[in-house]
Amino acid sequence: MTYIAKPKFHHPGLKKNELGYTHRDYEGKISTLCAGCGHDSITASIIEACYELSIEPHRVAKISGIGCSSKTPDYFLGNSHGFNSVHGRMPSVLTGANLANRDLIYLGVSGDGDSASIGFGQFAHSIRRGVDMTYIVENNGVYGLTKGQFSATADRGSKSKKGVTNTDNAIDLVAIALQLGATFVARSFSGDKTQLVPLIAAAIRHKGASFIDVISPCIAFNNHAGSTKSFDYVREHNDAVNRLDVLVGRDPIAVDYAPGTVQMVEQHDGSSIALRKIDADYDPHDRLGAQTFLQKHAAKGQIVTGLLYVDPDAEDLHEHLNTVETPLNTLEADALCPGSAVLDKFNARLR
Amino acid sequence: MSDKKPISSVNDFVVRFANVNGSGSASANEMFARAILRHGVPVSPRNIFPSNIQGLPTWYEVRVTEDGHLGARGGVDMMVAMNPQTWDKDVAGIEPGGYLFYDSTKPMPSTKFRDDITVIGVPLTAITNSTYTDPRQRQLFKNIIYLGALSALLDMDPKLIEQLIGEQYKGKEKLLSSNVHALHLGRDWALQNLKCPTGLRVKKSDKVGDRIFIEGNSAAALGAVYGGATVCAWYPITPSSSVAEAFTAHCKKYRHDPESGKAKYAIVQGEDELASIGIVIGASWNGARAFTATSGPGISLMTEFIGLSYFAEIPAVIMNIQRAGPSTGMPTRTQQCDIIACAYASHGDTKHVLLFPEDPAEAFEFAAAAFDLAERLQTTIFLMLDLDIGMNHRLCRPLKWDDARQYDRGKVMTAEMLDEGRDFGRYLDVDGDGIPYRTYPGTHPTKGSYFTRGTSRDRYARYSEEGTVYVDNMQRLMRKFETAQDLVPRPLQANAERPTKYGVIYFGSTTPAMDEAIGLLEARGHQLDRLRIRAFPFHSSVASFLAEHDFVYVVEQNRDSQLRQLIVNENGIDPVRLVPIVHYDGSPITARFIAKAIGDHQDHLKVTPLRKAVS
Repeated sequence: MTYIAKPKFHHPGLKKNELGYTHRDYEGKISTLCAGCGHDSITASIIEACYELSIEPHRVAKISGIGCSSKTPDYFLGNSHGFNSVHGRMPSVLTGANLANRDLIYLGVSGDGDSASIGFGQFAHSIRRGVDMTYIVENNGVYGLTKGQFSATADRGSKSKKGVTNTDNAIDLVAIALQLGATFVARSFSGDKTQLVPLIAAAIRHKGASFIDVISPCIAFNNHAGSTKSFDYVREHNDAVNRLDVLVGRDPIAVDYAPGTVQMVEQHDGSSIALRKIDADYDPHDRLGAQTFLQKHAAKGQIVTGLLYVDPDAEDLHEHLNTVETPLNTLEADALCPGSAVLDKFNARLR
Repeated sequence: MSDKKPISSVNDFVVRFANVNGSGSASANEMFARAILRHGVPVSPRNIFPSNIQGLPTWYEVRVTEDGHLGARGGVDMMVAMNPQTWDKDVAGIEPGGYLFYDSTKPMPSTKFRDDITVIGVPLTAITNSTYTDPRQRQLFKNIIYLGALSALLDMDPKLIEQLIGEQYKGKEKLLSSNVHALHLGRDWALQNLKCPTGLRVKKSDKVGDRIFIEGNSAAALGAVYGGATVCAWYPITPSSSVAEAFTAHCKKYRHDPESGKAKYAIVQGEDELASIGIVIGASWNGARAFTATSGPGISLMTEFIGLSYFAEIPAVIMNIQRAGPSTGMPTRTQQCDIIACAYASHGDTKHVLLFPEDPAEAFEFAAAAFDLAERLQTTIFLMLDLDIGMNHRLCRPLKWDDARQYDRGKVMTAEMLDEGRDFGRYLDVDGDGIPYRTYPGTHPTKGSYFTRGTSRDRYARYSEEGTVYVDNMQRLMRKFETAQDLVPRPLQANAERPTKYGVIYFGSTTPAMDEAIGLLEARGHQLDRLRIRAFPFHSSVASFLAEHDFVYVVEQNRDSQLRQLIVNENGIDPVRLVPIVHYDGSPITARFIAKAIGDHQDHLKVTPLRKAVS
């Protein structure tokens, strides 16, 4: 929603990925968010992840709801179709889009107001159904676009910019996503691109419902003392369990890791994730363990980040529905219409 | 028995079954209706049921009508009173001279009867219990036993009922023979103990022809299959659930790839109506044909998305099987009460296309057409059924399909067109019909992408809050709606034998009652030209019809005369010239009601001739 035209020229020596696209080919319009907004770092991370994965930009459909975070799809992948839909309803629109064409990559961008309040139900049900998507919540604990009201992810006891203390309990979207059967669950911090970029890349390569909760401080309304979603607070309380590298089309052995420190996760599409363990005991294949771990650390005021759970053999909604491989939106009358002879028989049975 | 003569009628009477829901009576009652059809005599059955699964009263009414009047008639000639809860009301509802059929196993005090009707007692429970021991069998076969007794009382050919049982239990020989046995238990008892037949008789005829007997919801769902719908998202709500259920059944039969066995469709039961319409919008945005089926409360929930569909120009098909509102209203009773809610759904200035099928055959045709219209016009198309059409079996002409027909996918710009250098503006009107081109996501690496939003934007889909840009877009949307006028099904006009300055407008499920009412009105000396509206926006012939008549009755099934409001609003007509005729108690409108309401009004309008006044 920018008024400023972005110049198209770029440095001739700009690096190109395997498909010959430069970084610039993954950019969108100029952001109109506040200077220093965490969301812009997430935008940059999405651009970086798509460039690294050598995705054809137009093969991504980016879908959002309403709010600051939901504006961001305009700021990346300018050659992709975007859909800034209805407040809290990104998940249903994405589900429908995914059903229509299973060959595209679906990137859902939402915020904490969009996903934890008005759209909490749609968030939950899209995860339950195992829609093949990367669902990113840009979580700042506050309604930015309407100037600083608490959202449902604001921690109990945290303070608003005006000094009001939040008395409601917080919704932890990661805990909910785990409980609902998301097959890729991660949390990260917009201020930590080295962790975030490979998480987004791995989520895109994951087949199934991927969910990433990205704590993304609101510079205008939630970056003060007393906030638990400020840059300072998140830096101090960030407890990363792992960091990862996404390996596509490369021999994983070629990457050199110190023995015992790395766990390899083979994804459905042949790519792998190399998980560099920080917490030696953390097992990202243990859904129950992850839930307990999260709750224990949350009780201590720590924000657990990293790849928290992954099921490399996940199924998606299309498998559940047993749909044809051909995208449904390409089928025409010859494939869809049973024709007049069948109708004559149908009529005959109703006499 | 009083001096009231028992009603005597061949192939023209109403039988009403009063049952308790959950007792398994529905299939026996439906078999009764089908058996009469097999005699070549048209029937029009209606389920009158509660919003409940077990234990509450339910009725099934069969109008036997050689003349083919398929609207509800009103009144009951024979009551099959199987429900003690509703006995008094049921007995009171019988026409003088009518018949009461009841289970006489337990003696009833004479005060429970009327002396102006014929009482027919059959000890159903005694017959059943002496034959069957299993409680469920007793319950189910009791229904078949009364069917057998009725076949004797109404002079029906038992072979035709046996044939139906044979078709229903094909391959299940044990069930087949036990049902035939039960049928004859009842029939034989009646033949031996009662005066058969009664004054009401079914006589073989040839008035059914090649017509089929189908529920509107099933026909609409099949229309969606033929119309190429691949995505269906829905949330259960009476009376629309059977649309999605029928779509599922039809797809299982007709839409699996013969080699891989995979589905060429996707059906999602949403968590609510918001998700259902969201899925439809997402799928349609991405180039699939998608629909949802719902009823009034669902429409209320969907309105925000309907506004998005209108403004961002995304196709969608919504089948609204109307029921009595407002709020939860009467969930199992019929009305045509969402006309305004759908025509102008959502905040801001919006207008939507509505289709009004008269019966299942039109529901099939209009459902298929709705997908062409949605993609051509890039907006929401409402298929407006109601409970009366949707959930009742209705006799209608056979469904037809032209194999040469291709889907109209509307204005879609392809990669080839983009490479040719065609100017792509998502909201750019290139040929004056108000309809812009769209691209599907993933079409081209560098051309044709755009950002879809519910906010205002210019012709090239760039965000804009400029007043002139906004107005330009809103004007184009109006132009598009004008284009729709000539794409939707046109009204059908039928003129009276003599020229008249009186007309009547009606639509949807009112049609059979209206057709019948015309005959009754003519008998009273009233001539009326008729116009059946089949869609909104209104074709110019609606305005012509209004101009050609001094007074036009608008017959509809809601309190506020919603179609009349829409006509007044859209045509700038003097409201005084449009006379509302409304029926909205939740029961289907009848010819008797229409004829009386219009007839009384006509009498009131007419200056009484002097001769007649003094005589």
